[in-house]
Amino acid sequence: MKKVFGRLKQNKYLLAGVIMTGIAVLLALVSIFWTPYSTTAMSAAEKFDAPSFRHLFGTDNFGRDIFSRVMKGMGTTILISTLVVLLAGAAGILIGALTGYFGGIVDEIVMRITDAINGFPSILLALVVITLMGSGRQNLIISLAIVFTPSFVRIVRSEFIRLRDADYILRARLMGVGKLRILFVHILPNIFSTFWVSVMIGFNNAILAESGMSYLGIGVQPPDATLGMMLSDAQGYLTTAPWYALAPGLSIVWLVLGFSLLSEGIRRQA
Amino acid sequence: MKKKFSILMALLLVVALGGCAGDTGESSGDKSSSATGEPVYGGSVVVGVQQDIDSLDPHKATAAGTKEILFNIFEGLVKVDENGSLINAVASDHKISDDGLVYTFTLRENVKFHNGNKVTAEDVKYSLERASGLLDGTALISTLKTIQSVDIVDEQTVQVTVGSANTELIYSFVAAIIPAGSGEDAEGTPIGTGPFSFASYKPQEGIVVKKHADYWQEGLPYLDEVTFKIINSPDTALIDLRGGSIDIYPYLTDSQASELKDSFQILAAPSNVVQALFLNNAEAPLDNVKVRQAICYALDKDSVNEFVMGGNSTPVSSAMLPTLKEYYVELNDMYGTGANIEKAKQLLTEAGYPNGIDLEITVPSNYEVHVQTAEVIAEQLKAAGINAKINPVEWNTWLEDCYNGRKYQTTISGITCDATPGYLLTRFQTESSKNFVNFANAKYDELYVKAQNSLDLKEKADYYKQIQTILCEEAGSAFIQVPPITIAMKQNLGGYKFYPIYVQDMSTVYWTK
Repeated sequence: MKKVFGRLKQNKYLLAGVIMTGIAVLLALVSIFWTPYSTTAMSAAEKFDAPSFRHLFGTDNFGRDIFSRVMKGMGTTILISTLVVLLAGAAGILIGALTGYFGGIVDEIVMRITDAINGFPSILLALVVITLMGSGRQNLIISLAIVFTPSFVRIVRSEFIRLRDADYILRARLMGVGKLRILFVHILPNIFSTFWVSVMIGFNNAILAESGMSYLGIGVQPPDATLGMMLSDAQGYLTTAPWYALAPGLSIVWLVLGFSLLSEGIRRQA
Repeated sequence: MKKKFSILMALLLVVALGGCAGDTGESSGDKSSSATGEPVYGGSVVVGVQQDIDSLDPHKATAAGTKEILFNIFEGLVKVDENGSLINAVASDHKISDDGLVYTFTLRENVKFHNGNKVTAEDVKYSLERASGLLDGTALISTLKTIQSVDIVDEQTVQVTVGSANTELIYSFVAAIIPAGSGEDAEGTPIGTGPFSFASYKPQEGIVVKKHADYWQEGLPYLDEVTFKIINSPDTALIDLRGGSIDIYPYLTDSQASELKDSFQILAAPSNVVQALFLNNAEAPLDNVKVRQAICYALDKDSVNEFVMGGNSTPVSSAMLPTLKEYYVELNDMYGTGANIEKAKQLLTEAGYPNGIDLEITVPSNYEVHVQTAEVIAEQLKAAGINAKINPVEWNTWLEDCYNGRKYQTTISGITCDATPGYLLTRFQTESSKNFVNFANAKYDELYVKAQNSLDLKEKADYYKQIQTILCEEAGSAFIQVPPITIAMKQNLGGYKFYPIYVQDMSTVYWTK
C-alpha cells in the first residue's frame, strides 16, 4: 500500500488521473443505487433553476435535476465505454495474437480488412452498423466494438511479431511448449505495458464516440440519460440556461482528461 | 465601468420590452403581423420548412408540409382565406344548384398561368377530370371522386355534375388548376396560377419560387423570390435564424420562442393541428378498449401543455378543432385534462394487466415538440404502471412504417385539418386508407356517412358531435392538444398571415423600409 502511494507521489500524471477518474467512477457507481433526485421525475415549478445548493448543476427544461442526470449519464457512458473496450480488446488480442504469430495469407487478409475498416471515419462506420441493426444500447456497444477492434489488432499484432522471434520464445519452442501456451502465457504478459496504454486511449475514444452517437440521437434513447444526449437537448437553451449544456459538456471533458492523464501516468510508470 | 453599466441597463430594457411584445402577440392572437413601416416591393425571403416535399404534382401531394409550400404556386377555382372561408380564385363566381348536384363556375377574365397562357375552360375541365379520376380512372383527390361530368358551357363557364349532394364538397374545389394536358410534366415543371411560379427544387435542400408578375390579385405578391429551405433539425433552425440564413421560421417551440423574442418578431396563433398519442388499435394490448382508456386517463394534458407549450395550447379529447365552433363538442371532462392514475390502474387491472404493460412510443425525431411530448408522457404513464419506451425515428421511416405500414404500437404526431370539419374525422372510418390507427367502429362509420350526406347544417353538426364522442369514448387514440403556431420573423418583415389551414402564404409578406 505504502509503495503505491509512494509511486503516486512521484508520478503526478498518475495521481491526477487516479483522482479524476476515481471521482467520476465513484459518482457513477453511487448513481446505480442513489441519486440526489430522480433522474426522470419532472417538475413544472422548477423548470430551468440555476445552479444552487438545492440543485448543484441546476435543472433542465422539464425541471429535472441535472446533477442526478449527469451522475446517471456518466455511469451509462463509462459502462458502455468499458464494455466496448473489453469486447474490442478481447477481439484485438485474439486476432492480433494469431495473425501476428502465425503470419501468412490469413494475416494478410485480416490486415487488409482492418485497413479497410480504418479507412472509414469511425462515427460513419458505427452509423452504418446502427442503421443495419437498429438503435439501442446493445447495438451501440456492438457497433462501437467493431469500430474499435482494428486499432487493438494492430498493436497486439506488431507486439507479437516483435516477440515471436525473441530468444526466449525460440527456446520455449525448442523445448516443445504448445503453441497456445507460447501465445498466451509466454508472449501475452510481456505486451501488457504497451497494451494498457492503448486500452486507455481506446477508452477515451470510446467515451467520445458514445457521446457523439448519443448527441446525434442514435444509441441510448430517452428518457435514459447519457452525456451526449443531454448536450444535444441543451443546445436549444444555450443562452437561457447555459448550465444545462455546461454540466454534461464539462463532465465529458473531465472523464476524457482523467483517463488521458491515467494513461500518460501508466506509460511513464512503465 | 459606468459605460458597461449603461450597456447592461440598455440590454435589460430590451429584454423587458421584447418580453412585452411577445406576450401581447400571443394573447391577442392577431391574424396578421403588426409590423410598423411601409411595405416595399421586391426582395427575397428564405423560409425554413421542416420536411422535404413528397410531390410537386399538386394533385398527388399529400403531406401537409408539401401543401403548405404548393399553396403559393397553385390555386383552385376557389381558395381558402385567412378566416377559413372560401373566396373565389380562378373562378370569379360559383353557384350550386338547390339539390346540391350541379356546380356552375364562372371563370375570372384575367387569370394567367405561369407560362403566360390564359386559363381557359379547357384547362379547368382537364384539371378537374384529372383530379377526380374521370381521365384515367384513378382519382388523385379522393373527395372529388363523386364528380360525374365536367362540361364546358361557354368559354368562361364550366358546369360540374356530382353524384351525391355534400355541403362540404365545395371545399374540394381548391384542387389546383393546371394547363390542359400538362399532367405528365406536373412533377418536373409545375405550372399553376398562384402568386409565385416554380423556379427550382433540390431534394433535401429546398424549393425556390419566383414572383408571378401576372397574378390576378392586384398588388400581390410583394416579394420577388421566396426560398423554402428544408431544415431537418429545430436546433439548426435556431442557429440559421441567428446567423441570418433564414428569415422566417414558422415552427418554434415555446422555449425557442422565448430565446428569440429579443431579436425577432414572435407571432402566435392556434394551429390547425391536433396532436395525439396515436394508439394502434389493432396491436395488443391496445386492441383492448380498457387499456386505451387507461392511457387516456393516465395522460396529463395540462402538464404536457405546461412543459412543452409553455401553457399556450388548447387541450382536446377528440379529433376536432375548437376553432370550428359549430362542429366542436367539448369532451375534456371524459378523461379530464389532468392525470387520473387510480382510474387508469383500475382499468388496467380490469383488462387483465394488474402489473402494468410495456409500451413503445415511436416519434418522428425531426419534430422537437413531439419528442419532448413523448418524454413527458413516458414519465406520466409510469405512474400508472405503464412502462413506455421512446423510439425516435427519422421522418421517412415514420411515414413508411407508422403511417403507411401501420407497424407501430403508439406514436406521437399531429394530424392537420383543412377548412372542412369532416377532414379530421374521415380518417377514423374503418376502411379509410388514412386510418393508420386501425380504429374500427361500425356506429362511427354509419354516422360519418350520415353526416356527409346531410344537407342540413345543424343536423350535420349534430352527427359530427356524435362521432367525436364515439371516438373519445372508445379511446381511438389519446388526443392531447391543439398546439399554438409560433413563428419567428425578422424585425423588418411584415404582412405574415396565419391561416386556419396548414399553409405558408408568402404573397402578402413584405419587407419594410
